[in-house]
Amino acid sequence: MKATVIVTLKPTVLDPQGMTIQRSVQQLGMANVADIRQGKYFDIDLKDGASKDEVERLAKEVLTNPVIEQYRIVWES
Amino acid sequence: MKVSDELLSQHGITESEYRKIVGILKREPTLTELGIFSVMWSEHCSYKSSRVHLRRLPTRGPAVLQGPGENAGIIDIGDGLAVAFKIESHNHPSYIEPFQGAATGVGGILRDIFTMGARPIAAMNSLRFGPPKDVKTKHIVEGVVGGIAFYGNCFGVPTVGGEVVFSNCYTQNPLVNAFALGIFRKDQIFYGRATGVGNPVIYVGAKTGRDGIHGATMASAGFGEDAGAKRPNVQIGDPFMEKLLLEACLEAMHKGLILGIQDMGAAGLTCSGCEMGARAGTGVEMELDHVPQREQNMTAYEIMLSESQERMLLVADKSREKEVFEVFHKWGLDAVTVGRVTADGLLRVRHHGEIVAEIPNKALADEGPVYQRPLMPPASAPGGKFDLYPFLDGCSSLAGVFLEADANPGNQDYNRLLKLAAGSPNLACKQWVWEQYDHMVQSNTMMGPGSDAAVIRVKGTKKALAMTLDGPGYRIARHPREGAKLAVAEACRNIVCSGGRPLAATNCLNFGNPEHPEVMWQFSEVVDGMSEACNTFDTPVTGGNVSFYNETLGEDIYPTPVIGMVGVIEDLSLVTPSSFVDAGDAILLVETAQLLNGRVDLEEEKALQNFVADAIRRRLVKSAHDLSEGGLAVAIAESCFSNFHRKAEGAEVEIPSRNGVCRDLFGDYTSRIILTTTEPRELRRSAENAGLACLDLGKVGGRLLILKYEGHRAVDIAINELETAWRQGLPQLL
Repeated sequence: MKATVIVTLKPTVLDPQGMTIQRSVQQLGMANVADIRQGKYFDIDLKDGASKDEVERLAKEVLTNPVIEQYRIVWES
Repeated sequence: MKVSDELLSQHGITESEYRKIVGILKREPTLTELGIFSVMWSEHCSYKSSRVHLRRLPTRGPAVLQGPGENAGIIDIGDGLAVAFKIESHNHPSYIEPFQGAATGVGGILRDIFTMGARPIAAMNSLRFGPPKDVKTKHIVEGVVGGIAFYGNCFGVPTVGGEVVFSNCYTQNPLVNAFALGIFRKDQIFYGRATGVGNPVIYVGAKTGRDGIHGATMASAGFGEDAGAKRPNVQIGDPFMEKLLLEACLEAMHKGLILGIQDMGAAGLTCSGCEMGARAGTGVEMELDHVPQREQNMTAYEIMLSESQERMLLVADKSREKEVFEVFHKWGLDAVTVGRVTADGLLRVRHHGEIVAEIPNKALADEGPVYQRPLMPPASAPGGKFDLYPFLDGCSSLAGVFLEADANPGNQDYNRLLKLAAGSPNLACKQWVWEQYDHMVQSNTMMGPGSDAAVIRVKGTKKALAMTLDGPGYRIARHPREGAKLAVAEACRNIVCSGGRPLAATNCLNFGNPEHPEVMWQFSEVVDGMSEACNTFDTPVTGGNVSFYNETLGEDIYPTPVIGMVGVIEDLSLVTPSSFVDAGDAILLVETAQLLNGRVDLEEEKALQNFVADAIRRRLVKSAHDLSEGGLAVAIAESCFSNFHRKAEGAEVEIPSRNGVCRDLFGDYTSRIILTTTEPRELRRSAENAGLACLDLGKVGGRLLILKYEGHRAVDIAINELETAWRQGLPQLL
């Protein structure tokens, strides 16, 4: 089983990096891009018998700073 | 609007304060107005518990151009130049999110400096944490140090010094106090004043989001539709944005476009708007629809209370509005006219065509509640077992070893004890911390982290500036008034040892809960001690910050006032290191007639400092280092260790025998300085004329540190071995 954890800043938290990317995009003339927020993702290979709870815990306690970030998990079998 | 008791308590407004609000408005406030009052009348903005005491601090002097009440204090350093400096706390945000909390603390204090027109040239910080063994503490230390480094390094200001202290009482309430200093011509000072009726009020910098809005209020139910998105948000610092803001502000200032300017820090748009109006005796009218916003559907309440970083409010002459826009747009920053200066003295806020707030500026900025809170000495001060060895506080594993040696000074291995002391958390080399900071950027740093005071040269002159931070929490908890005097005395001593003359101070007063009479008593005592010492040393307090409600598990922290002292060194050739310079130099110990512990005789201390300052001016001194925690043995060892200029140098020294070997080596007695010189006789003669004791201890040189006591070698250790213990202390613990 594989899991992908996507970590992003919470929607109301300032994202200076995303803003810089957005400014560059505007300078390239892509007028239809309204907003960009950046984040990071983790590809996780799991051994047989791994539980979803373990990945949830990993995402919550290690990969995310819960004060400013949120995560979501995408599962692949 | 119906104002419930619950809403008031969420806003931290008492019933009597609410009656006062209704009296001022002659009606019930709107929700936005209630929010505005709650932040402006908060402890943080109004100083309601501390104001009656702070009035006792000396704030004027010949060098002071601007005392408390503006964004930063300003002093005259001669040559037509002035220096703006201030210290501020960011304790609570740094506990919640150490990296961003510390980073935005640095950002805030830098804005306070350049808001006055000064270009920041140095930063320092005073940090206090729980014991380093604690897992949570490690995380906080790493985050805080990383955050400071991130913001300061990106912005391009050198972090040149400060202090790092570990003690149990800071475990769940770390102290992060950030200091910054900037320089400018004294005819180019800018103030936070909204002058000239009809002039535009212009918002510049980053967009407004829902950052850092008062937590208690946001938890209020039935307030807005999307509760999840409205929880208080941690502010994220953007140092590159701040760098642009600095350059744009200074450019607009130098072009003469700005009449008044204030940064948006705590309480954001509200605080800058009403304070600028109150100082100028004018009104400020704002249209919130014009405020640049990062998020959708923000309410008037949220826009007024947002603490988004990297924003400024300024007032320009109406004929030059366009030029202001041009400057800020050139730097890629938003600049929008959000209102006008009016004659009616009111803060009037419109949103979507409606007036949502209309309050006299003076009522918000100057007429907040003032409390004479009850004072009561605590039933007991913390135990005095570390009075002679305050570095042991927060370092329980070593305490037993030293207290045993204190009780039975004979038959101890003092090589081992000295290594333990040098590697202990509070005395160990703080390189792990400051090597993360860029302390050389701008290329003015003459003495960086690790010396008694940091020294920055003033380009274009022969002068340098010396600065230091001191806050001996344990001493102050033991005896608030005496401890405060010690803090000021030590700060001045550090400036003097670097070759400078102390000019003025800023203070960051970190205390527990002001509703505890014991805490207010400590506060009052500290202010009195500080006043007395600042008067003695002619170092007025030009501003600073009060941080209350610092508690750990319901226990108040030590009362921890941090003094930031700034001095001037008249000639670069007088800059004096704290490290020994050349082998063969004589080592002298200069001290006052009384050997004091935990208190200071201010007049004697002043005589000592005057003597050392005079000796440095007469070029008799090669190095000067004040004795502090760890006593004579640790001070000599510190002066031996290698540095940027030379390899480690040993020393052979006779320790004067007085109170037993352990105390004479490690005891923290007040008002003592070690000097090295090639003219020991001349120095001894001058010291004796000044009524001071001056002992010839020995000489610099060799590969060993030898400390003789009553004819025996109490310490005989390779200086490299000792230096390794000192350098490895902190990295091993973290």
